[in-house]
Amino acid sequence: MKLIAQRIALGILLLLAISVLIFAGTQILPGDVAQAILGQSATPESLANLREQLGLNDPAYVRYFHWLGGVLTGNLGTAMSSGQDIATSIKGRLWNTLFLAFWAAIVAVPLAIILGLIAVRYRNGWVDKLISGLALASTSFPEFFIGYVLVYFFAVKWQIFPGISTVYDGMPFGERMQAIALPATALTLVVLAHMMRMTRAAILNVMQSAYVETAELKGLSAFNVIRKHAFPNAIAPIINVVMLNLAYLIVGVVVVEVIFVYPGMGQYLVDHVTKRDVPVVQAVGLIFAAVYISLNIIADIAAIIANPRLRHPK
Amino acid sequence: MSNELEFLSRRVAAGKLSRRDFLGRAAALGIAAPFANSLLSSAARAAGPVKGGTLKAGLVGGESTNSLDPALMMTQVPFAFGKCWGEMIVELSPDGKLENRIAEEIGSSDDAKTWTLKIRDGVEFHNGKTVTAEDVAATLERHSDEKSKSGALGYMKGIATIKASGKEVVLTLKEANADLPYLLSDYHLIVQPNGGKEKPDAGISAGPYVVKTNEPGVRHGGERFANYWQGDKMGHADQIEVIVINDATARTAALQGGQVNMINRVEPKIVDLIKRVPGVTIRNHAGPGHYVFIMHCNTAPFDNNDLRMALKLAIDREEMLTKVLRGYGSLGNDFPINSSYPLFTEIEQRKYDPDKAKFHYKKSGHDGTVLLRTSDVAFPGAVDASQLFQQSAAKAGIKIELKREPGDGYWNEVWNKQPFCASYWGGRSTQDQMYSTAYLSTADWNDTRFKRPDFDKMVLAARAELDEAKRKQMYHDMAVMVRDEGGLILPMFNQFIDATGAKVDGWVDDPHQELMNGYALAKCWLQA
Repeated sequence: MKLIAQRIALGILLLLAISVLIFAGTQILPGDVAQAILGQSATPESLANLREQLGLNDPAYVRYFHWLGGVLTGNLGTAMSSGQDIATSIKGRLWNTLFLAFWAAIVAVPLAIILGLIAVRYRNGWVDKLISGLALASTSFPEFFIGYVLVYFFAVKWQIFPGISTVYDGMPFGERMQAIALPATALTLVVLAHMMRMTRAAILNVMQSAYVETAELKGLSAFNVIRKHAFPNAIAPIINVVMLNLAYLIVGVVVVEVIFVYPGMGQYLVDHVTKRDVPVVQAVGLIFAAVYISLNIIADIAAIIANPRLRHPK
Repeated sequence: MSNELEFLSRRVAAGKLSRRDFLGRAAALGIAAPFANSLLSSAARAAGPVKGGTLKAGLVGGESTNSLDPALMMTQVPFAFGKCWGEMIVELSPDGKLENRIAEEIGSSDDAKTWTLKIRDGVEFHNGKTVTAEDVAATLERHSDEKSKSGALGYMKGIATIKASGKEVVLTLKEANADLPYLLSDYHLIVQPNGGKEKPDAGISAGPYVVKTNEPGVRHGGERFANYWQGDKMGHADQIEVIVINDATARTAALQGGQVNMINRVEPKIVDLIKRVPGVTIRNHAGPGHYVFIMHCNTAPFDNNDLRMALKLAIDREEMLTKVLRGYGSLGNDFPINSSYPLFTEIEQRKYDPDKAKFHYKKSGHDGTVLLRTSDVAFPGAVDASQLFQQSAAKAGIKIELKREPGDGYWNEVWNKQPFCASYWGGRSTQDQMYSTAYLSTADWNDTRFKRPDFDKMVLAARAELDEAKRKQMYHDMAVMVRDEGGLILPMFNQFIDATGAKVDGWVDDPHQELMNGYALAKCWLQA
């Protein structure tokens, strides 16, 4: 228990440190938000007016604590460029991103682990080579290429699924699922190989152990050896890589979101970075960091639970 | 033969013959598809618009930071959606004339300093209120307020007083301006109840569609406004939708897959591929937009007119036009005006001349390299164009060093700051507007640092001149001056390239902006 509490406390500290980094990072972007809002039409007077209005003249540390205080009370501030409440506009976007990540994960995680198990069972045979080869190929292609290939065949040529995935509030579930079919497939293909290869490697690693040999000598079938003896002991690294990929599904999907015109967090972030809309960039950055850290904490905790040796340190 | 085709096209318009059959028979008669298509659409226009359906556009140029406030509209999506829900005081028609909208009549005093707008009766806002002279006056007031962030502020500053009385709005200008009605067609000047002073982003005006969905950066939707005052001319589809698709490949795929009926900004390099897709029509037409290289006339070494002339002669315009724009554009002549402007006059075309360039370069006394900054965001293909420029200049013995700048921050850090860079201008509706925005000594956007009191005087004189022949001559003289002494290298004007899907009818090419000057969704219809 103490160990888990420690992990969580560490995570929170880390998040705080990241908030400082994010804030510092947004300060060194070239140009400022006033300049970006006015764009080509900026004149010295209008720039000065807008800076005053946006509070850009305060020193950086004052603005940092002001911002942190807001975040802690659930107030992410208002977007500078559009004047909209950030929390409200992020809510829908975050939900969309999670929705897509959820369905991609539902397909990708079991598939990756099962394929990994199969690959180990038939290791070095043609089944193993086929699975590994295909998975590696799908990972090696850049995301945009996979996306465009899917669009070309499924949307343009056969017209089975829509090529653009604009989802909106109140969209019927069936339509929504149809809309995300292609981006979810693209994401699945992107993360599949990493998880599959890691599963395979972790189990193979355990397969070298003496107790696996014992199990084999007992005369257990190959699948039972893997299922009962090797897999439970390889679970920690597998969970790690699964969590890493889940995090990627949420924070790393900018390209896929752009290609499929999916209204998620990635597109939202990109828009606001180009506008130098600092409060939004900070808020999104912090949410991404929180997602990453919590998934890692979950992975750690799961590893602790799965491995008695970590629970009872000498 | 043509009789037969005409007959057939009328049958298609009446719904008695399918489009595909028609194209088949036209081909049998030896008629090329584009011509047959154009015949068809004119027949469809003659048969009249079809009401109903949902018209969808997939457009580049929308961000989640967009707002419905007309003052803040800058990119293509708010512009095109604004034309669906917003109603203007006056509008430019496709043939370059002025078309009165909310203003029924516009008149000026003889000195072009006092202008009277007579407001049309019976135009209704979406909230049921009738449009009054006060609303129009308030709209103009909001956009001419020094503190406003309106994109129209630059032009509106010239208005001294705005008064509404009865059915009329009277404007007095600080200086005479014969072009005022053209300025009023600026797309920011959407008439709103009380000028939008209380809620500028409420999205309420008197246009053909009522705003139903507004998700900036994702999609915008409108429903036909039942009480639109010009219901026979606009608002044919029951619903319109704008889907923001910033990725060029996704945009074309959406059109091919039939998810949208029209798209904007087709890249020149893929036009020929798209043309082959059945049912898709490329809608390309000339406009005032131009791709440029700008030199600061007050910064060494560009403060030497011989060097500027050498660089102007060292660019191979025709090669650039064919390689960068694939022919979807026209040659530029180092002044920012082309035939899409009402008072345009031809001036002898400047050509690539390495020998002459060499001569002027020697005369300038400059040697060593010239640093040109470029970036992909300056205009599509800007980096390739810069490299072509570098090569053609090398043949004239001029060394151009290219510096590729990051796209992020290009408009803040490079454009209008560095002495020599690639850039883009969208053009304006009149020559006065174009010259006032970028060539007057006092202009904020004088990105070539062209500061000539004699030129300023000519701009002001032309602005106040009501005699069209005299004005034309004045603009001709100004163009020659910019061309021969300015800091602008203008190799090419780009075309707008839009594309529509199989069922879209009622398209009319409009030289002022892309997508029929933004009216494509409001004016087109879906075939039954």
